[in-house]
Amino acid sequence: MARVKFLCDADRCIECNACVTACKNEHEVPWGINRRRVVTINDGKPGERSVSMACMHCTDAPCAAVCPVSCFYSTADGVVLHSKDLCIGCGYCFYACPFGAPQYPKVGNFGSRGKMDKCTYCAGGPEADSTPAEYAKYGANRLAEGKLPICAEMCSTKALLAGDGAIIAEIYKERVMKRGYGSGMWGWKTAYSDSPTG
Amino acid sequence: MALALCAGVALLLVLAHPAAAQVSFKPTAESVHEDQLLNALKEGGKITGRISIPDQMAASLIQPAGRDWRDFHRSKLPVIGGIAIIGMFVGLAIFMMVRGRIRIHDGFAGTKILRFASFERFTHWLTASCFIVLALSGLNISFGRILILPLFGAEAFSTLSAYAKFAHNYLAFPFMLGLVIMFAIWVRDNIPGKLDLEWLKQGGGLLAKGRHPPAKRFNAGQKGIFWIVIIGGSLMSLSGWFMLFPYLPANVTALQLWTVTHAVIAMLFIAAMLAHIYIGSIGMEGAFDAMAAGEVDLNWAKEHHSLWVEEEQAKGHVPSGSAPRAVPAE
Repeated sequence: MARVKFLCDADRCIECNACVTACKNEHEVPWGINRRRVVTINDGKPGERSVSMACMHCTDAPCAAVCPVSCFYSTADGVVLHSKDLCIGCGYCFYACPFGAPQYPKVGNFGSRGKMDKCTYCAGGPEADSTPAEYAKYGANRLAEGKLPICAEMCSTKALLAGDGAIIAEIYKERVMKRGYGSGMWGWKTAYSDSPTG
Repeated sequence: MALALCAGVALLLVLAHPAAAQVSFKPTAESVHEDQLLNALKEGGKITGRISIPDQMAASLIQPAGRDWRDFHRSKLPVIGGIAIIGMFVGLAIFMMVRGRIRIHDGFAGTKILRFASFERFTHWLTASCFIVLALSGLNISFGRILILPLFGAEAFSTLSAYAKFAHNYLAFPFMLGLVIMFAIWVRDNIPGKLDLEWLKQGGGLLAKGRHPPAKRFNAGQKGIFWIVIIGGSLMSLSGWFMLFPYLPANVTALQLWTVTHAVIAMLFIAAMLAHIYIGSIGMEGAFDAMAAGEVDLNWAKEHHSLWVEEEQAKGHVPSGSAPRAVPAE
C-alpha cells in the first residue's frame, strides 16, 4: 500500500481558496469548521507565500498519542482518522497538533466543544464505506471510490498535491529542479520527519 | 544633436536606476522558506500568517510546540504523577507501619468539645466531595487510557470518560465556591506564627509518641494543608478556567501552558490530599470526629490543640477539667 500524503507547493499556490471551498462543499462541513485553510506568510511583503494546510496525516500522529480515549487510528494508506462516537471533545488533539487541524463545532464554553472534526483525506471514518452514517459524521469517502482528495483534485495551479508520498515528493523535486527554486515541502519535516529538500 | 542624445541617454539611465533596484529582487525565487522560518522559531514559537476565515486561531500554520506538549503528556506527566501519588501512598504505608495509628495518649475523656460548627463542616465536605470527583475524573483523562481502557473496552471507556468530563467541568464551580468560603471562614486561624516554628521543630509530635507541641486552633501541619488547598485550588481554578473557556485566550500556546500547569499542580495537590485524608481518618484516633459530628474528645483536643482548648475554656465553651458532662435528669 502507498503511504499517502499532502504536499503544498507554495510557489504555485495563488490563495484562491478553491481547496477550502471544495472541501466544505464535498463534505457539507458545518459553519465555523474549516478542515482546510490557506495561510499567507509575509502577507504584502516581498517573498510572500501562501500555504494550503489541513491535517497532514502525520507519521506517529501527536493527536493519536495524546487522545485520552484513544479515538484515532491509521489506515493502511497512512491516513489518520478518528471515531466521533468515541471522541469526548476534550481538545487535547488541538493542543498537540502542529498544524491546527482539529476543529470543534461549538465555540466551546464549559468545554462543550462537541465532537472533533478534521480532514479525513476524503476517507470517511470507521463506519462502513460510503454509507449515509459515515457521510453524516465524516463526509464523503472518495478514497473508497478510488478518487483522491477533492482539494488537491480541484487545485487550479496544481499547487496542492495528494497521493503516494514518494511520487508527489518526486513531482515537487522535479519542479524545483526545473524552475530553480522552491520554498520547501511545508510541514513535511514536522509531520513525517522528512528533510524538506528543495 | 549629439549633446541632446547624450543628455537623453543620461536621463534614461537616471530614470532606469530605481527600476533596476526593484528588479534585483526576484519575487518568484526569493521567498519565505519553511526551513528558515522553522530554524528562526524561538522556544514555543509558531509560523503564523494571514487568514481570510474568521477563526484567527487558524492563522497559525505550524506550531512545533505541540510536540513538546505531547511529550509532556506522554512521558513527563506519568512520571510526575507516579512519583507524587504512588510515592505518597508508599510514604504513608511506611509511616503507618513505623508509627502505627496515633492514639489519644490519655485515652478518651468522654467529654466532647465543639471543633467545627455545621457550616464549617458543610464547607469542608462540599469542597472535599467535589475534590474527589474532580481528582478521579482528572486522573482518568491523564491515565485512564493506560489503566482503565484495557479493562472496559473503547466504547464503555469513552462513555465513562464523557460523563467524567461533564462532572469535571460542572463540579469545578461548587469546588471554587467551597474554596472561597473556606478561605473566608478559616484564614484568621491559619496565619503562620512563631508557635508554628516550634511545632515544626518538634516534627509536630508525629514521630515520637506522647509528644505534643502546643498549638492553637490549627497547628502548622493543618495550616500547611489550608494553604496548599487555597493556593493549589486557586491555581487549579485559574488554569481550569482557561480550559473551560478555551476561546478566552484564543491562543494555542497559552492553552498549552495552562493545561500543563493544571496537570502538574493536580498531581501534587492529590498527593498532598492523600496525606490529609490519611491523618484525618485511619492515621489518628479521634481526628475524624472533628469533621464528622463536629465534636472532638476533650483529651484529643488538649493533646493536639492545647492552646485552643484553653481559649475555648476561657470563653466558657467547654466544661473545665475532664469530668463527663452532666446528664440531664429524665
